[in-house]
Amino acid sequence: MILAFAVAIVQTVVPMIGAHKRWHGWMAVAEPAAAAQFALTALAFGALMWAFITSDFSLRLVWLNSHSAKPMLYKISGTWGNHEGSMLLWVLIVTLFGAMAAWFGGNLPPTLRARVLSVQAAIGVAFFAFIIFTSNPFLRLDTPPFDGQDLNPLLQDPGLAFHPPFLYLGYVGLSMAFSFAVAALIEGRVDAAWGRWVRPWTLAAWVFLTIGIALGSWWAYYELGWGGFWFWDPVENASFMPWLLAVALLHSAIVVEKREALKSWTILLAILAFGFSLIGTFIVRSGLLTSVHAFANDPERGIWILMIMGFFMGGALVLFTLRASTMEAKGVFGLQSRESALLVNNLLLAVSCFVVFVGTMWPLVAEMFFDRKLSVGPPFFNAAFTPFMVALGLILPVGSVLPWKRASIVKAMKPLRYVFVLALAVGCLAYVMQTGRSMIGPVGMFLGAWLVMGVVVELIQRTGRGANRLGRLFRLPRADWGKAVAHAGLGVTMAGIAGLTAWTVDDIRVAKIGQPWSVGNYELTLMDVQDVRGPNYQATMGVLTLAKGGQVIAELRPEKRFYPVAQMPTTEAAIDYDLKRDVYVVIGDEQNGGGWTIRTYIKPMTNWIWIGCALMALGGLLSLSDRRFRVAAGASKRRATPVPAE
Amino acid sequence: MKRLVLILMLLASPVFAVQPDEILDDPVLEERARELSKGLRCLVCQNESIDESNASLARDLRLLVRERLVVGDSDEEAVEFIVARYGEFVLLNPTVTGANWLLWAAGPLMLLLAGGVGVSYLRARAKGTSTAEAPLSDAEQARLDDILRP
Repeated sequence: MILAFAVAIVQTVVPMIGAHKRWHGWMAVAEPAAAAQFALTALAFGALMWAFITSDFSLRLVWLNSHSAKPMLYKISGTWGNHEGSMLLWVLIVTLFGAMAAWFGGNLPPTLRARVLSVQAAIGVAFFAFIIFTSNPFLRLDTPPFDGQDLNPLLQDPGLAFHPPFLYLGYVGLSMAFSFAVAALIEGRVDAAWGRWVRPWTLAAWVFLTIGIALGSWWAYYELGWGGFWFWDPVENASFMPWLLAVALLHSAIVVEKREALKSWTILLAILAFGFSLIGTFIVRSGLLTSVHAFANDPERGIWILMIMGFFMGGALVLFTLRASTMEAKGVFGLQSRESALLVNNLLLAVSCFVVFVGTMWPLVAEMFFDRKLSVGPPFFNAAFTPFMVALGLILPVGSVLPWKRASIVKAMKPLRYVFVLALAVGCLAYVMQTGRSMIGPVGMFLGAWLVMGVVVELIQRTGRGANRLGRLFRLPRADWGKAVAHAGLGVTMAGIAGLTAWTVDDIRVAKIGQPWSVGNYELTLMDVQDVRGPNYQATMGVLTLAKGGQVIAELRPEKRFYPVAQMPTTEAAIDYDLKRDVYVVIGDEQNGGGWTIRTYIKPMTNWIWIGCALMALGGLLSLSDRRFRVAAGASKRRATPVPAE
Repeated sequence: MKRLVLILMLLASPVFAVQPDEILDDPVLEERARELSKGLRCLVCQNESIDESNASLARDLRLLVRERLVVGDSDEEAVEFIVARYGEFVLLNPTVTGANWLLWAAGPLMLLLAGGVGVSYLRARAKGTSTAEAPLSDAEQARLDDILRP
């Protein structure tokens, strides 16, 4: 790993000078160096993973986070279920992206490529130094203990086993956008081609981030035991802020590519997006803001990350202020145009990200400057953040059918007005069907319907008039399908969140074996309570039947587990998944008078949230597979976007 | 800190969010109590409301909220009662007092500011000052000549 560190330093310095002096030999160093760096890091990571798999307790890290009785999946995921290992994973991904840029970056101009790789390597250097000096995962123990201390049982779950790698792929993928931004600033040139190059990287990072966040949220939903999916926890916010900015960046890069406008803003976004993923790392690692999920923190490491962050952000922003003025926009467009709509999209996303940021940091600010210890919790975020998302959902279908340059909102609305009315009707229907509950439900239904139907209308429009419209529909560029699917996914997620938030029913009671009770339209019966032994835990398991209208539809087995090695209890909810609703059951303690505490929730439309996220990720992948991203950038001028047949 | 949390979790492990014995007979009062609990922070856990928390202190707070409601306090009075004893920290929803207005106004203010900048940018764009293509640099010109040469 120290070797990789050395290679990274070489990779930072040599190509940068090379690009500056235009020495081809020096610039060429970057490619093999990136590959070597990746190979060496992969070797180090592989070694660590092997130590976890074979339960080599002479390594301090393995001893702290593993146990010989743990299932294999969690032995492997234990590699990144801790601070040191996850930092190594982080660097591994930095180098992976560096190597990918070296391999696939053949169409970039050599100086830009050298600079991108150099900046990427600089990030690598910083984090290598961080790992080697403050958190070396390979520290040995003098006397190897007999068995390990086990991984935090909450983390022993398939959802969370894959959550960090995806999240990191997303976080770190944004480093590519950052490297491109900085390289472009050094180069002093941002044009349509740059917009085209940076988009696939951002898109890939965004897809991973989406999957990562969705997995994390799903995990929280079924593992933490009270059925929430989002807690506005600092750590969640830390991953959400880069996501919001990545979405903004994706859209503004389109404007740069197609219309050569919003350039300096896009560069700034690229810098900030990576900045927020660094802030995210900092928040999670430093213990500055504590949370349910933070599993590894240490103030000294926090200072390191703060220094790294200060260096990269400070440097990039100084560079930005020096160079931003040289980037003038070329495209001209009217007030009503696709460009303006994308600008509004960016404003809303950036401001909502800012709100999340202020809310996350406010307890700290208040304590430092105003001497008030206070909390900023979900109620604040729900109130302050939601309006922006509602506004975003409202303008999205209109914006996405607006033509470039000069357009008319009235004209663009014409084909949309029927679905607008229809969506309103859906919202009203939801309002009538519920009685005296919050407005979130109807508004969410309206937005969801509006977004999804807006997408359908847009797709139909794109096929133009005349014969064989169906054929044309299937021959639309994949990027268009990607956009459509991702936007529809957003609508589905919004509807799901609203449905879940507004219409959850819950019930808490002492249930005696054999006595049925009803929650909503369902009847539940506790049939039996058993003791179960897992590979590394003991559990109390309830067996319940779920029935509707006298018909048994499912058997639910909620568990209450105890992990003796970690001395920790966890709850395993039993969930009957369904498209319309989830029935979520948690078992509690045995009561003195006999019977067990059972919590039941009926959570409508929960799965819509994850389905929507999956659609968004799928949309991203579809766009990513579009040929247009892979062909040489020179083609960008020839392929003007087909303006929707109005 | 980690150890502290662990100890607390162990102490708290037999208790389990809202318990059946806590629930008030009056469904209206209970609904109000649940609503209030969702806005109060559990002091020993991190970022959990007392409605969700398993800690015994959270249970005490839940019982306290219900006690106040049964006595006939309004929602505000019950919350004030808790804040007076446990401090502002228990409020998950920060009040709009003192410097906190900054927190609440941050979003709208930023939107106004950004919106202002955005509109002025759009105006400038709409006027269409520069339609000219960027001139090619010398290097690009040379390369273009090179390509165009038969």
